[in-house]
Amino acid sequence: MNRTVIHIENLSKRYRDDERWAVANLGLAIEEGEIFGLLGPNGAGKTTLISMLCGLIKPTAGLVSILGLTYRTCGSKIRSAIGVVPQDFAFYPSLTAEENLRYFGSMYGLKGRQLDENVRQGLERLGLDSYGKKRVDTFSGGMKRRVNLLAGVLHKPAVLFLDEPTVGVDLHSKQAIMDYLRNLNKEGTTIVYTSHHLPEAQEFCSRVGIIESGQLWRTGSPDDLIASVHGARNLEDVFLYVTGKGYRDG
Amino acid sequence: MAKLFASIKKELLLLGRDFGGLVILFVMPMILLVAVTMVQKGSFDSILGAKMEVLLVDNDKGAISQRIKDGFKESGELTLVTSLDGGVLTEETARAVVHRGDFQLAIVLPENLSRDLQAHVKHNVDEILSAFDFSADSLQTSGVPPEEKEIKLYFDPATQSSFKTAIRMTIDKLVSNIETKTIYATFQNELGDADNAAFSEQKFISFKEVVESAGGMVAMPSAVQHNVPAWALFAIFFIVVPLSINIVKEKSQGTLVRIAMSPTPYGLFLLGKTIAYAIVSLVQFYLMLLVGAYLFPHLGLHPFDVQGNLGILSAIALSSGLAAIGMGILVGTVASTQEQSAPFGATLTVVLAAVGGVWVPVFIMPPIMQKLSAASPMNWGLSAFYDVLLRRGRLADILPEIILLILFFTVTLTIAILYDKKKRTV
Repeated sequence: MNRTVIHIENLSKRYRDDERWAVANLGLAIEEGEIFGLLGPNGAGKTTLISMLCGLIKPTAGLVSILGLTYRTCGSKIRSAIGVVPQDFAFYPSLTAEENLRYFGSMYGLKGRQLDENVRQGLERLGLDSYGKKRVDTFSGGMKRRVNLLAGVLHKPAVLFLDEPTVGVDLHSKQAIMDYLRNLNKEGTTIVYTSHHLPEAQEFCSRVGIIESGQLWRTGSPDDLIASVHGARNLEDVFLYVTGKGYRDG
Repeated sequence: MAKLFASIKKELLLLGRDFGGLVILFVMPMILLVAVTMVQKGSFDSILGAKMEVLLVDNDKGAISQRIKDGFKESGELTLVTSLDGGVLTEETARAVVHRGDFQLAIVLPENLSRDLQAHVKHNVDEILSAFDFSADSLQTSGVPPEEKEIKLYFDPATQSSFKTAIRMTIDKLVSNIETKTIYATFQNELGDADNAAFSEQKFISFKEVVESAGGMVAMPSAVQHNVPAWALFAIFFIVVPLSINIVKEKSQGTLVRIAMSPTPYGLFLLGKTIAYAIVSLVQFYLMLLVGAYLFPHLGLHPFDVQGNLGILSAIALSSGLAAIGMGILVGTVASTQEQSAPFGATLTVVLAAVGGVWVPVFIMPPIMQKLSAASPMNWGLSAFYDVLLRRGRLADILPEIILLILFFTVTLTIAILYDKKKRTV
């Protein structure tokens, strides 16, 4: 049995000046080597949950431990071991791809030859090796998406949090990104992935959990979840069954 | 250490690729320094240096008008014009051309000014002597005293009040001088001893100007010595604008969140910015010194002289830079958008410069503003520069200002960090 890398117990979060619980009494365990898909409509609590897992915001109650460590006592160790790829581009547009990656790699403690090698290898594996010395603001959307991904995984994290890693990219970039992530997972990185693109999640994730109103409805492999809902043919049917068909603009 | 170097390098790369930021930080202050110093030199020249033409309507044609002509000629500051287009200058003409702005000043001497002054003095002397009954049989009072006389000064409405006051005082002094001489002469005449100079006409009290300086050497403050450190400080504090924009961008483009999720402490992230912008502030300072020392002489200005105090001046520039960086980080942390941080940072810098004595010296400000100026970090920096450049101050003399500037940096940085922490605690 694989060891648990993310352990969440009775986790709750209520924002100041908000009566609703963004995350309510949530429990979850994610094991080493999993690709866990966290799915849910807008405002369901996905971002709040990921933000707490990344140590960006503090929970109102409950416990989060990553690799057996908690943010309260070992925040820096956890941050060294995790990688985060946000949905919005988070890099310096006026710097080159190499300059961006070298900077973010350094912030994760990479230096010298290791930094050089990881930057070179990352650019090569994502088809950006001939664009390393070009400014990122001259890149296409797909290339920017790949740089955004590389900046979060250059230090080869044990746990990777991905938020919509392929949104707005062409098929080629999407393929390159998904292949890269699968390889990363094979090399030992546990992945927590959130997306609204359910067919992609169904194909990519080993296990998924659907979150609604701050609570986890159910977790399981995509096939198990589909089988658990009468008449469901895919994850989209399961998703609509759990969350309903109304708009989620709030 | 590798993280810190990477942070500094990243900041310098970002700055190097921000053309607008480079212009704001390095080019604009130099243009400002040259322009302001040239303008100030120009205005000084127009009042004190270059010969300004002043109209003189001489209806007196006596000793007083001659004394005024001689007095202005001796001072060499003003050229008196007594006729226009070959014609005799009248009060009406003079008034019209001053009103048009062709001349800044017209002096109109009334008719018989010298004669009536003489009569006025004689009348007074006679009154005094008769009161003492000196040879009363031989003395006769000189009848009705003459009417009071008025010298009219027509000024261009745009003339500065300081210039008006200076002119008024100069003419008053010249007239008083003649009046005194006339009094002495009349007394001697009345006492029947005109050939024997019993009354010394030599000045009993004279002025000697001494500019106090610790080392005995006198360093006169000039426009150049004021402007180079003052505008260097202004440039250094303008760091607030690009630095606050830089921090707002870090927030809006998500890089700050990426750093917050990395094992790099926020303090180290800010330290990288602080060191990079401290380097910028020193480069700005040295560029301004180079402009003052090497470009100014080519523009007909006095060269700026660091007087062998480059080390201490650099320490002041560096601590001023730190104060500016603290303020920039605070503005950038509190502001949500560039539209907020840029105008706010720029306005704050201009206000601090105005209050701190960069535009006009503190001593000519109203009392309330003089008190307020003590709260401006730019005033602390400027005082430290003056201490070194004009008062021959050493490091110990400027230590209070340096401590204040570093304290300002510490306080603003602490507030920024606490504010950021509070904002994250959602």
